[in-house]
Amino acid sequence: MNGVTVSAKVNGDAVQYVCPADESLLDVLRNRLNLTGVKEGCGTGDCGACSITLDGRLVCSCLVLGAEAEGREIGTVEGLSEGGKLHPLQEEFIEKAALQCGICTPGFLVAAKSLLERNPNPTEEEIRYALAGNLCRCTGYDKIVRAVQSAAKIMRRGKKVAR
Amino acid sequence: MPYETDYTNQGFTKVGTRVNRPDGVDKVTGRAKYGADANAAGQLVGRVLRSPHAHALITKIDTSKAEKLPGVKAVLTGKDFPDLTGGNRGLMDILENCMARGRALYDGHAVAAVAAIDADTANKALKLIKVTYKQLAHVTDVDEAIKPGAPIIHDWVRTAGVTPAPTTASNVAQRSEFGHGDVDAGLAQADVIIEKSFKTEQTHQGYIEPHACLATLGPDGSGELWVTTQGHFTFRNVCASLLGLEVAKLKVTSSEIGGGFGGKTHVWTEPVALQLSRKANRPVKLVMSRDEVFRATGPTSSTSVDVKIGAKRNGKITAATAELRYQSGAFPGMWAMFGAMTSFACYDLKNVKSVGFDVLVNRPKVAAYRAPSAPMAAFAVESVVDMLAAELGMDAVDFRIKNAAKKGTKASYGPVYGPIGIGPTLDAVKNHPHMKRKLGKNQGRGVACGFWFNFGGQTCTDLNIGVDGSVNLTVGTVDVGGSRASLALIAAEELGIDYEQVRVTIGDTNSLGHNDTTEGSRGTFSSGMATIFAARNAVDVLKQRAAATWDIPVEQVIWEAGEARAKGRQNNNLPPLSLKEIAAKSPRTGGPIAGHNEVVADGAGVSFASHMCDVEVDPETGATKILRYTVVQDAGKAIHPDYVEGQFQGGAAQGIGWALNEEYIYGDDGRLQNAGFLDYRIPVCSDLPFIDTQILEIPNPNHPYGVRGVGETSIVPPLAAIGNAVSNAVGVRMTHVPMSPPRILNAIETAKE
Repeated sequence: MNGVTVSAKVNGDAVQYVCPADESLLDVLRNRLNLTGVKEGCGTGDCGACSITLDGRLVCSCLVLGAEAEGREIGTVEGLSEGGKLHPLQEEFIEKAALQCGICTPGFLVAAKSLLERNPNPTEEEIRYALAGNLCRCTGYDKIVRAVQSAAKIMRRGKKVAR
Repeated sequence: MPYETDYTNQGFTKVGTRVNRPDGVDKVTGRAKYGADANAAGQLVGRVLRSPHAHALITKIDTSKAEKLPGVKAVLTGKDFPDLTGGNRGLMDILENCMARGRALYDGHAVAAVAAIDADTANKALKLIKVTYKQLAHVTDVDEAIKPGAPIIHDWVRTAGVTPAPTTASNVAQRSEFGHGDVDAGLAQADVIIEKSFKTEQTHQGYIEPHACLATLGPDGSGELWVTTQGHFTFRNVCASLLGLEVAKLKVTSSEIGGGFGGKTHVWTEPVALQLSRKANRPVKLVMSRDEVFRATGPTSSTSVDVKIGAKRNGKITAATAELRYQSGAFPGMWAMFGAMTSFACYDLKNVKSVGFDVLVNRPKVAAYRAPSAPMAAFAVESVVDMLAAELGMDAVDFRIKNAAKKGTKASYGPVYGPIGIGPTLDAVKNHPHMKRKLGKNQGRGVACGFWFNFGGQTCTDLNIGVDGSVNLTVGTVDVGGSRASLALIAAEELGIDYEQVRVTIGDTNSLGHNDTTEGSRGTFSSGMATIFAARNAVDVLKQRAAATWDIPVEQVIWEAGEARAKGRQNNNLPPLSLKEIAAKSPRTGGPIAGHNEVVADGAGVSFASHMCDVEVDPETGATKILRYTVVQDAGKAIHPDYVEGQFQGGAAQGIGWALNEEYIYGDDGRLQNAGFLDYRIPVCSDLPFIDTQILEIPNPNHPYGVRGVGETSIVPPLAAIGNAVSNAVGVRMTHVPMSPPRILNAIETAKE
């Protein structure tokens, strides 16, 4: 087994790891970097539980090789809150009871954050299509969509105040 | 209202509020630890080799090459699991399902397992195991399996529940019959009779978290198991029995659970992981792939059901009967029995009979799936109810109201109902704005009712008060969807303290007495009941401590609004003592303050729901869109309304997936063809609208707060509600679930011919 040495940034921090050439970035994050907030639901890119951002782009980490992350910036659920402050999406997921078992929640949060960065004022339909790559079996998505709508509103208000 | 009871106007201050769940931060930051998130020093990776055949004799397993591969620490086959079941056939079924014993019974059946230093080595080892199979004839369809000449799955199975007892083997493991009155006489009185047959395909619970465990078992017979499960105490008992361990020496901890819906009530790989660990004498982490979850865990039955109902012109049902055939996979089950019991539970019937047949096929061992067996029976019965209403020229809701069960009705499965919610849910449907929405072209509306028993069971709970007055509540039911919040609300209500003062922990098997599996919608019902009693226990201690502090008889102390108050004019000079004050003094007044309760939480109130659904069917493609969906359900008492609504919405969404798309597809070779989320497609966010909910509260007189289970009933009506809506939209009666586009197009085409 040939190891590949990789230098990357995870949630803003520089990391270095060695992984087999065929190991997924999901396995690297979970097993080598202890970022177990990134979940595996299928390993085939169908459920979105392992959603991360790679240089700002939303991807399933199970479909990316660890070796491909060389020199790139990775964002996971662990990087959402800043210090002791939860991200508005995290706040609203709790406030709106948008999780039941919670296994899909990290993926939804990363995907929703990615959506709101691209589109701060999405319609219900835009939210539903943006999150269609993330499976949730508990909630029927109702409270998830409401939480994203609510967080989007709070974030838009926050931006106005900041100006 | 006729369903008012003594419990209706209880004054709650905490219960019924929408507080934030205490485990919310852990779950939005990625800190919460699920089944696959634990690791141990020196752990090995466990992997399972599975049969590619639907039915085959295993004539030889050669593991020698795998054992010699460097890094492989243990290899197991069926021979490594001696029969310790003492003739208990149910236990043997579990063991044989965990690891085949000479015969592979379904595609995906485990035949060998390895533990190795890493995943790569374990996967290589699996490839080096040489299994010689002799393929046998197989059968996967429930109707085919009961035909004469069908391949027999087990030669020891004789149909139970039949007299005289049969002497030859059959794939029908059990016949069960329920009902009362005289169906033939009832049908003779009917002006209109509708008879129809229905089929439903097999579906999976589809929890997003695959089964995962970390097992440690030493040569001294002591072990630990970290596992995603709905019932860590049950897992402990079963694993101990199968592996010859003392129950007390196996500590099982339930991880956070990433969805279960019944599928995590049974062991699948856990005994294998423990046995691998014992053989290697190292911890073994075993995580299933999604493919394994579909092929080798316990989906729900596929079914075939015949229903016949007769009614008078005035809309009164005179008789109802059903025959229900449910496949239970490769091992006997009781699923058709549940189907037979639930099929007519919504109605007040003089003459009723339902007969269930549990059928063996070469598919995975069926497990519970949310109100197991009820949705399929409801699909058939509620479809015929709609057809009958149409034939009589009656409104489908009015027809149901006229025949609905009520307090005092003898249920079709035996008991006489107490206060129940079927009538009120139908009244709410009738008056709901949803019913007034105008339907457009290709659109249809459907209504259906559903029932589930609910369950109580053995429960054990501890409540410990810290010196600072904070409260730790330890329960043995797992938190599948917010029950920590509900139970903390209940403890706060009883003690009269802030919700935030209570912290709820899910205790491991060595911290509490036995708790039954978290199933039957029992989490908040039963642990809530035990919490109430444990808190009242603690209040007794708090009152004693206050009495001792004041030096007055305890009879003069009452507990109100979170403080001890001294009754009587002679005590007017004694200011109240808060829980915090009493707790602070506890080291000097008798030590720790705790409450404890163990109970068999009998009296789980039955639960009813009525659903409304509007659909639009594209006549070109056969695709169905859910336009609007509304759930009305009786919760008894909603402890935390957000999570009650969540159960209603989640059950409806699962039912929508089942009704329209989800199904196990087997090839002629008996292999599962869609063992992945791409091809077994569960509803995604863009498939669904917001799901409206209406919570009714018809208190359960057997629970101090009136609680009924809420988790399961919501999956019962959707198949039928959508079936009725689609049938109304396309003008053809749909009889086969899922109503996938090809099936709808086919139904339209067939009707034209």
